[in-house]
Amino acid sequence: MLILGCGNRQRGDDAAGILAVERLRALGIAAEVCAGEPSALMEAWSGVDRADDVIVIDAVVTGAPVGTVHVWDGQRLPAFATATGSTHGFGVAQAIELARVLDRLPACLRVYGIEGKRFEIGSEVSPEVEQAVEEVVQRIAGEAKVRPEKSHDG
Amino acid sequence: MTGRGGRTIKVDTLARVEGEGALYIKMSGERVSDVKLRIYEPPRLFEAFLRGRHYSEAPDITARICGICPIAYQMSAIHAIERALAIKISPEVRLLRRLFYCGEWIESHALHIYMLHAPDFLGYQDVIELAKDHGPVVEKALRLKKIGNSIVHLLGGREIHPISAAVGGFHKVPSKRQLKELVSDLEWALETSLETVRWTSTLDFPHFEQDYEFVALRHPEEYPFNEGRLVSNRGLDIDAAEYEDRFVEFHVKHSNALQSIVRGRGSYLVGPLARFNLNFDKLPEVAQKVAAEVDLKPPVKNLFRSITVRAVELVFACAEALRVIGEYEPPAEPRVAPPNRRGVGQAITEAPRGILYHRYAIDDNGLIVSAKIVPPTSQNQKRIEDDLREFAAQLAAWSLEEATWKCEQAVRCYDPCISCATHFLKVVVERE
Repeated sequence: MLILGCGNRQRGDDAAGILAVERLRALGIAAEVCAGEPSALMEAWSGVDRADDVIVIDAVVTGAPVGTVHVWDGQRLPAFATATGSTHGFGVAQAIELARVLDRLPACLRVYGIEGKRFEIGSEVSPEVEQAVEEVVQRIAGEAKVRPEKSHDG
Repeated sequence: MTGRGGRTIKVDTLARVEGEGALYIKMSGERVSDVKLRIYEPPRLFEAFLRGRHYSEAPDITARICGICPIAYQMSAIHAIERALAIKISPEVRLLRRLFYCGEWIESHALHIYMLHAPDFLGYQDVIELAKDHGPVVEKALRLKKIGNSIVHLLGGREIHPISAAVGGFHKVPSKRQLKELVSDLEWALETSLETVRWTSTLDFPHFEQDYEFVALRHPEEYPFNEGRLVSNRGLDIDAAEYEDRFVEFHVKHSNALQSIVRGRGSYLVGPLARFNLNFDKLPEVAQKVAAEVDLKPPVKNLFRSITVRAVELVFACAEALRVIGEYEPPAEPRVAPPNRRGVGQAITEAPRGILYHRYAIDDNGLIVSAKIVPPTSQNQKRIEDDLREFAAQLAAWSLEEATWKCEQAVRCYDPCISCATHFLKVVVERE
């Protein structure tokens, strides 16, 4: 399993993916921070050690209550997820959609989207997002314990 | 809506720019009555973060301002602080820093040309739609971007928020062998960049020329990255220390990011067009030759041809990277140990989008007392508004939808890095 967290620690809830990576690593589970733009994502999962089971964690804005944890199949992202609007230029959803069009998606891709509300520079992470990060970490950790042999060393 | 009535072109979210922002244009017939580039940002928070921190933290903190151009922020910060502390670096470190910037220019320009701007010219909504019909073109762009990222990763320790660049040098430098491993990819990138110049020159450019004041660094010997005097095509020729005497920042009600003008004059343009027009003679022969091949010669005043100018800079960055790698010898000391001493220093370096100004005041303990950061996109804001005021008037006979598309395309010519200048940009044009 290859676990990638995307975001920006300086922009409040956009730190969600990075925080998830840090907490997973603290539990001894390999996870990497990724820029979230197309070439970085595709390189991460189709590099030398091709990963077939990939999880991407990122903050999202869908209009759902803050702290909602969405889990999407990367092969079938909802339409709104590909709309523009990202603090890192090219949204993760767009990057995934581009990979799909270029036939460069991994066999299994799941996206954990954590609903955020606060993205201003220097803002704190919302308590709901902190809690959601923990929920995502526990879910992934539980899965990693059941399937430890596929862990991708980041 | 078409024809002679008033109308509003409104784009709530400007697509395919780094970050988000808003543009509002109001028209009465052919007359543009109002243009507002709204960029919403908590003002100047990074400058506030830096106060009280040790100067050694500035490269790490400022790198987080922008995900696409972290090296630009690190280089401007480092050069300003080194000036404040009167630190001299070795020629080898100087060369490495040019290579570092080459990496950023390659990945930033490749991203913009192919994924953010080319869709406009080809009538696609975005690069995803473009990829459905032209997959190999997009694959090429991704590989170019990856090559730029690989330079940044090797010199900076990682692609996002690089950690190796420091005041005084680098924490760790690559070996000659490590750099040589980049050569075959860079040779491919150079050939692909030449193709990019030729391909972009065949695109259909709206005819739109303005009398710009172009502002860029100029160095006596090289196409500028980290050093040089600040010059313009209207006689400006100053050291970075004089920047705040000659450029005025002001706040406009509709935007949280500040706008800039040349004192006593008005808006100005920074970025590839400015650099190309003011430094064409310093481009390597391979870049000058391909520019001549596609009839691109200074002064280029058509904003829309900036996509080809960026491609020429892609050629330059690949050629320069190969040159530096060919000449590189590891420095005897990767980093000089900087002192803790009081000082004030300014620096301007050429981010992919244009000049990036930093100033730091440091106390006896090496703590930052004050910091000022003026990103290129902030500096271009007023010029973008001025351009749209003229350009939108030319579109009076177009349908609202087409005029909106064209206005967005015009804004994207600047490759605005909204997350540097601010956080959100939405484009709105109203016809009344």
